[in-house]
Amino acid sequence: MRAFITVLGKDTVGILAKVSTACAEENISILEVTQSVLQDIFVMIMLVDMDNATKTISQMQEKFDVLGEKTNLKIHIMHEDIFNSMHRI
Amino acid sequence: MINTHDIIETVNMIDNENLDVRTITMGISLLSCIDEDIDKACTKVYDKICRYAKDLVKTGENISSEYGIPIIHKRISVTPIAMLASACQTQKIVKFALALEKASQSVGVNFIGGYSALVQKGFSDGDYALMESIPEALSITDHVCASVNVGSTKAGINMDAVKMMGSIIKKTAELTADRDCIGAAKLVVFCNAPEDNPFMAGAMHGVGEPDCEINVGVSGPGVVRAALTKCENYNLSEIAEVIKKTAFKITRTGQLVAQEASRRLGVPFGIVDLSLAPTPAVGDSVAHILEEMGLEECGCFGTTAALALLNDAVKKGGVMASSHVGGLSGAFIPVTEDAGMISAARSGCLTLNKLEAMTAVCSVGLDMINIPGDTTPEVISAIIADEAAIGMVNSKTTAVRVIPAIGKHAGDELSFGGLLGEGPVMAVNTKSPYKFIHRGGRIPAPLQSLKN
Repeated sequence: MRAFITVLGKDTVGILAKVSTACAEENISILEVTQSVLQDIFVMIMLVDMDNATKTISQMQEKFDVLGEKTNLKIHIMHEDIFNSMHRI
Repeated sequence: MINTHDIIETVNMIDNENLDVRTITMGISLLSCIDEDIDKACTKVYDKICRYAKDLVKTGENISSEYGIPIIHKRISVTPIAMLASACQTQKIVKFALALEKASQSVGVNFIGGYSALVQKGFSDGDYALMESIPEALSITDHVCASVNVGSTKAGINMDAVKMMGSIIKKTAELTADRDCIGAAKLVVFCNAPEDNPFMAGAMHGVGEPDCEINVGVSGPGVVRAALTKCENYNLSEIAEVIKKTAFKITRTGQLVAQEASRRLGVPFGIVDLSLAPTPAVGDSVAHILEEMGLEECGCFGTTAALALLNDAVKKGGVMASSHVGGLSGAFIPVTEDAGMISAARSGCLTLNKLEAMTAVCSVGLDMINIPGDTTPEVISAIIADEAAIGMVNSKTTAVRVIPAIGKHAGDELSFGGLLGEGPVMAVNTKSPYKFIHRGGRIPAPLQSLKN
């Protein structure tokens, strides 16, 4: 199962490292990463593979909530199907 | 990979704009539970519901947490109980309500609909007994919802049933007067009731439906409003396009959840109900969408036209997003459940007359409206008759869910809590339709040609 992780906030050093470390700790494999700046907000999107993950999406969301609080970032993780159904016909 | 803008849009919809799937409703046929001994029938009803719906709540919660989409309600609709009541040699039909209540608590759903009768052309014994028992049934249960269909485009309007329902609504409110008359908030009177509606209080599982199915109701007024805030200088053709595209996206989410729930529960997928269902939460209001289109306040002239545009665009966008569409499908205008409607009703801008006009172009009818406690049963019946006439003539579903606020007057408030919300008691025209209502009989079905 694949999921999208979105990270929004102020650009600081080490965002990618922190989020990817959190993924590595739970055996989540990162497939693609894009990052850009939209209206002065740093946006990073990761497509990840969770087939061998040690945590579920909701558990990962809790972990990201804690990390987001510490780093002043908004981090979301959502199932890939949601995006595919909404944006692909 | 899907582009960044689209991904952020989806995350925003859920995080900031209250996108959710409003309800997964499991429809269960109880025709196999018919028994002339009501106690045996009740046991069969309880057992069947518990057997079919035992994993419903857990499955809903799992889908919700795995997909990151809130699923607010898990509910059950059943075969209109009047059909089971017809077989029983007793008047104590209220036992069915207790069986439904017990089953709803065992499986953990927050509402169970189907304490219903379809009497658009006339009554069977079971219909009559069930209708008589509604006030008691709704006062001794918390999760059971009742509905009665009193008219249809094909059959006309059963005015004897309309007359009865005025008294039944009043009595239901009186029996629950100590709880802000909440009984009447669980009772709806329909014309052209859909048989696959997943939304309460009118959910029922019609006789043409399969043994069991999953119906899903989507939501998302907040998402539509947020999309319109970016359309400052658009004309109405462009506004309609934006609403259509947004409705498409909202409905795709509902379709995904419906298919997943159907697969996991091993139950056929029925329909997605394309509805904009508001909640009292800030930013989740249908009235605010209308105001975003350019009305100073919901209820002013222009409201009916704006609602017609919204309702039609929601359907057009949603139809392509789902393989099967049904239920009520359209924009809801429940006054006490919509922050914008509540404030428009409080300010006096939104009146009962305007709401009646709005029901001619939206998905349901006069919904969640508090009326003065001294409103006579005949006036309530006449409100139902007017609303049913709009539905009958226009071949659409209309409904009445009014709450007589016992002991209160126009301007006072009722508060139900939760999604049922709160709101002011609205003034009602008190001139008497007594003679008209007491004539009884049926209003004949309307002509389907010579449409003007």
